[in-house]
Amino acid sequence: MSDLVFTGRCLHPGEATGEVLHCSTEIPGWGGIDPKTGDIVEVGHPQRGLSVAGKVLVIPGAKGASGWSGQFHMARVLGTAPIAVITRRLNTKLALGLAVLRVPALIDLPEEAFAALETGRTATVHGDTLIIHADGASAS
Amino acid sequence: MLTRTGTTPLAPVSGRPYRPGGTVRLTDVERDMAEGGHGEAVAAAMDLLIRYGDILGAGRLVETGNVCGANIFGPRHSRVYGDADPVALFSEFSLDSATPLDVPPMRAHSCQLIGPYDPANAELQGLDDATLDEITRSERYLASLGVSLLNTCTPYQVGNVPARGEHCAWMESSAVPYINSLLGARTNTEGRESTAAAMVTGRIPYAGLHLTENRYATHLVRVGTPVESTFDWSVFGYFLGRHLRHEIPVIAGVPGGVDPVSLKQFGASANSSGDVEMYHIPGVTAEAVSVEHALNGRPPVAELRFTRRDHEDVVEQLNSTATGDDIQFVMIGCPHASLGQVLEVARLLDGRRVSDSVHLWVYTPSALREVARRNGWVDIIERAGGKVWADTCPAIGQFVPPGTKRFATDSAKQVHYLPAIMGVEGRFGTTEACVRAALTGRWAA
Repeated sequence: MSDLVFTGRCLHPGEATGEVLHCSTEIPGWGGIDPKTGDIVEVGHPQRGLSVAGKVLVIPGAKGASGWSGQFHMARVLGTAPIAVITRRLNTKLALGLAVLRVPALIDLPEEAFAALETGRTATVHGDTLIIHADGASAS
Repeated sequence: MLTRTGTTPLAPVSGRPYRPGGTVRLTDVERDMAEGGHGEAVAAAMDLLIRYGDILGAGRLVETGNVCGANIFGPRHSRVYGDADPVALFSEFSLDSATPLDVPPMRAHSCQLIGPYDPANAELQGLDDATLDEITRSERYLASLGVSLLNTCTPYQVGNVPARGEHCAWMESSAVPYINSLLGARTNTEGRESTAAAMVTGRIPYAGLHLTENRYATHLVRVGTPVESTFDWSVFGYFLGRHLRHEIPVIAGVPGGVDPVSLKQFGASANSSGDVEMYHIPGVTAEAVSVEHALNGRPPVAELRFTRRDHEDVVEQLNSTATGDDIQFVMIGCPHASLGQVLEVARLLDGRRVSDSVHLWVYTPSALREVARRNGWVDIIERAGGKVWADTCPAIGQFVPPGTKRFATDSAKQVHYLPAIMGVEGRFGTTEACVRAALTGRWAA
């Protein structure tokens, strides 16, 4: 099985490779993550208890209170932030969050990309390109 | 046109985006601000706004003279940053600068939103002297820059009432739909860093709800059950947010004369279960004269109907964390209570005493607490055993009375957030049901 390569639209430049965390629903900042650990804490969130720290974070979008950027800003300072973000939808909460996270970010990817972005796989975000590495491939 | 904009013409911007690959173009003055001509803090703030605007795909910035943000820092931030200096904390957490900046007086009229503590109840909140000192220094620093310490989630209740068409930069999920919809002012849901940058520069990305074409409704909502009381509006808002997420609805079938307090609760609900930043109610809100007008003559993308059953489902869902009926804490005032809501609590108490096992706490802006005190209503509530708080709330201050297992509130927003933030159970009902629970210690909706 070979690497899968997709092209999207670059929201924030940069390059990062890491393990995918795929959130099936939108993620809140305030009341949504604990910046001390990067853990998702929202009651009822399907990925509650998993950590965004060091991950290629795949989300449908950002939701909730306007403290979204503030929580992810705190996570960045504490070193618990994601290393890249892939989203379906953009709103001002997420846009500002990406500006302060300063990590590579992508939007407008084809549906096959989201289907292949399973939690635990390794992916690289580079400019407008997403590479989903073949199972067992090295992250380097 | 949905609305007259009433704004001044935008100054010309240069032909090229300021940053390679970006979209934001700048005026000559803004270019000078970005390049350090107005000092390092203005340059840092412009850098943030341009990066943010580029991600949004904004073509330019727009001038704003009305900014509301949350920039008070305490130990929660200084422990992370390793320094309690308010200048350093503001630079990092508000302006996204790792080096402390010399911040000039705020260019825009600026207000502090709800904060972490009530000076009158700091001891009750369990804040030690060192914490209080840090928070106070942070507040004094903001005040020295010209930020009005309104310290409320409802600046529009205490003197900051933006005009129709005014470009604003506000955060706070309940205030944003209120000023966009009821007042016809224009703001996106901003965050801490963008509001701080807007305070310093008087600019915000010209995107989203600043543009007329993005303010039309896309969804039609019909009301199939009476929505009359403030409680009904709270429930209806929660329903809308859950089903619409971030779309703009026009609501048909509402008779005129809706109380602004009901719309305060409505927007808070809709922006808790979802991200409803704007709505239209023909004959009530600022910009829509009819359903067709609100939809800009287009057919709705989808139609939604709010029924009696939907009302019951929301109430049931907002009570779903509760495993029993004993109540230890009753919270009124999310968003911060109006004077009418404070008076309502005083009247409902009717000279009786709050149960020994319950804390009844009412939250309001400090300016309104002063008026309520003058009116004798604070005294009535205190004689009954309750308390009137200002400047904060249980979710933001992260404080509930010791021993609270279950709380009751008339706010869909507070019952949405507090169980996740403080690990308590919640009951949700009318103000009357909440006061009854305060008197008896038992929930009976």
